[in-house]
Amino acid sequence: MRRFFLIAIPYGWLLVLFLIPFVIVLKISLSDTELAIPPYTPTLDLSQGWSGIREFFAGLDLENFVWLTEDDLYWKAYLSSLWIATISTLLTLMIGYPMAYAMARSPEQWRTTLMMLVILPFWTSFLIRVYAWMGILSQEGFLNQFLLWIGVIDTPLTILNTNTAVYIGIVYTYLPFMILPIYAALDRLDGSLIEAAEDLGCSRLMAFWLVTLPLSRPGVIAGCFLVFIPALGEFVIPSLLGGSGTLMIGKVLWEEFFSNRDWPVASAVAVVLLLILVIPIVLFQRNQQKQQEAEQ
Amino acid sequence: MDASPLAPWEDPRAQPLIRFRNVTKSFGAFTAIDDLSLDIFEKEFFALLGPSGCGKTTMMRMLAGFEAPSSGVIELAGQDIAPVPPNQRAVNMMFQSYALFPHLSIWDNIAFGLKRDKMPKHDLNERVEAMLKLTRLEQFASRKPHQISGGQRQRVALARSLAKAPKLLLLDEPLGALDKKLRQDTQFELMDIQETTGTTFVIVTHDQEEAMTVASRVAVMDHGRIIQADTPDRIYETPNSVYVADFIGDVNIIQGKANSGEGEGYRIFWSEGQPPLQASSSTDLSTGQSCSLAIRPEKVAISAERPEEAANAVQGKVLDIAYLGNLSTYHVELPNGLVIKAQTANTRRISRRSFTWEDPVWLSWTATAGVLLAN
Repeated sequence: MRRFFLIAIPYGWLLVLFLIPFVIVLKISLSDTELAIPPYTPTLDLSQGWSGIREFFAGLDLENFVWLTEDDLYWKAYLSSLWIATISTLLTLMIGYPMAYAMARSPEQWRTTLMMLVILPFWTSFLIRVYAWMGILSQEGFLNQFLLWIGVIDTPLTILNTNTAVYIGIVYTYLPFMILPIYAALDRLDGSLIEAAEDLGCSRLMAFWLVTLPLSRPGVIAGCFLVFIPALGEFVIPSLLGGSGTLMIGKVLWEEFFSNRDWPVASAVAVVLLLILVIPIVLFQRNQQKQQEAEQ
Repeated sequence: MDASPLAPWEDPRAQPLIRFRNVTKSFGAFTAIDDLSLDIFEKEFFALLGPSGCGKTTMMRMLAGFEAPSSGVIELAGQDIAPVPPNQRAVNMMFQSYALFPHLSIWDNIAFGLKRDKMPKHDLNERVEAMLKLTRLEQFASRKPHQISGGQRQRVALARSLAKAPKLLLLDEPLGALDKKLRQDTQFELMDIQETTGTTFVIVTHDQEEAMTVASRVAVMDHGRIIQADTPDRIYETPNSVYVADFIGDVNIIQGKANSGEGEGYRIFWSEGQPPLQASSSTDLSTGQSCSLAIRPEKVAISAERPEEAANAVQGKVLDIAYLGNLSTYHVELPNGLVIKAQTANTRRISRRSFTWEDPVWLSWTATAGVLLAN
């Protein structure tokens, strides 16, 4: 009985905070838009008994999903999001791996401090940090002023409201999610493995390529998913740092909900986004599981 | 003594494979190796024995190339090896943790070093198969290190380090992770492999029994110095210091003052009101010099009556009996409070044992049984 309650807590959590909201969104995505409160129809009217329920289900259709395929805005936004998320993930990996490696190689007494420095930005609100980037990247921002002052450029660069700013924002925000799993993998790596590789005839670089890199792969994969998954649905960064040309599905979703007030289409966008995200999430889970099995 | 090929260290003309010349290694203020000189010869099975922190691992790491000496020269086959990086030394190491690559199969682990040498595929396959056969691992070739037992991992590590046919193989506590029974079997396996391959082995261990079993010579180390380097039997029978006598096996130490008596022996005054002990010694001691008499427990006889012939006999009472199955060790307290251990083989059933707790007994030994060491 006690075991049942223990298991019931996480399942209850998932039911209340994931499954029920998802069913509501799914239902709205199958509804039609209407100028009313709530702004969609049909709504379930239980006072009419059976016929009410039948009427409710009859009112649901896949119209909105068909619409997503007809207007090219949506699939372009999905593709653009995938592209931006992929590029940002690769950039984050390129910056995060050397940082994680340096952390794992640093003297023991420094590591906790370095780890703190990586986590430190989380102590400030995410939104405030993105606004800070607006201050840095804008035409008369700190970066342009600095570059003008040292004389590298004559006219200020346009960075804010471009895709470049979006990449900078995503890489900056998600860098810790890349560093931490890679660091964990590298930290666990037994130093004598590198010595063994050298002893058997590897140069430093070769030992890194043949031993360190393959053994940190689970950390790299975990880090990539931890960056890719949230970056795909990112909304705040593209809407604050990106320009009108920045097309990301998170932004489209927000506009459908709050500008168009078309809840059914917005819900359909969300459901498709979720389906797209399920693939990398499943792959991520499998990677974690494989890693755990290897450790046993 | 004539120099036989089995004992090159006794031949003054023999060229050592490894020569440490006044090597010192310090880490900051800590001196790990202190002005150490040592020759190790080809085909030797050389053991570095000592407590943890005595510098034995540092010596090994300097041979492998992971540490450089602070001063002094290490020569391998006459060449100073200081400028040679670890990946270019004809030296391979078997790590204490085995350091098997977890992402590679047993086969690939063994082939790892050969692939770095760009060995032709056919030769490489042959060499790996030969190594698998030598270490009896043929049926595990495709497994990953985490899929085999500790003893098998140890053999993979050995096969991997032998695959490149190094001039010198370093073994860092190779059997530390194995249980006692497996360790004993593996010790003999190691000796067989050393003989078959003709490789020079240097083994680091803190287990004196292991060092005595496998090695042709043992170096007992303490605080970065070699206290004594000699064959196992001489280390055991003629230790050059109380430290070595105490470190290797069990020993009784009797403190006293030497007095050169009649003949070549010494008389040792060790306790007030007790007759002096007789001991012969190869080292010269002056009269009145303080000294230690080291006697192995198995060389002390125990009896109920005072033996007629014995050069040394003391009376005491049995304090404790340690029954080890094949042997029994009696802890006998002498009148001055000193406890002497005497060991006898249990050739008779335990029920027929002659002595029990609190029994008065006589301990006796010959004049040559012990080793007299100057303090």
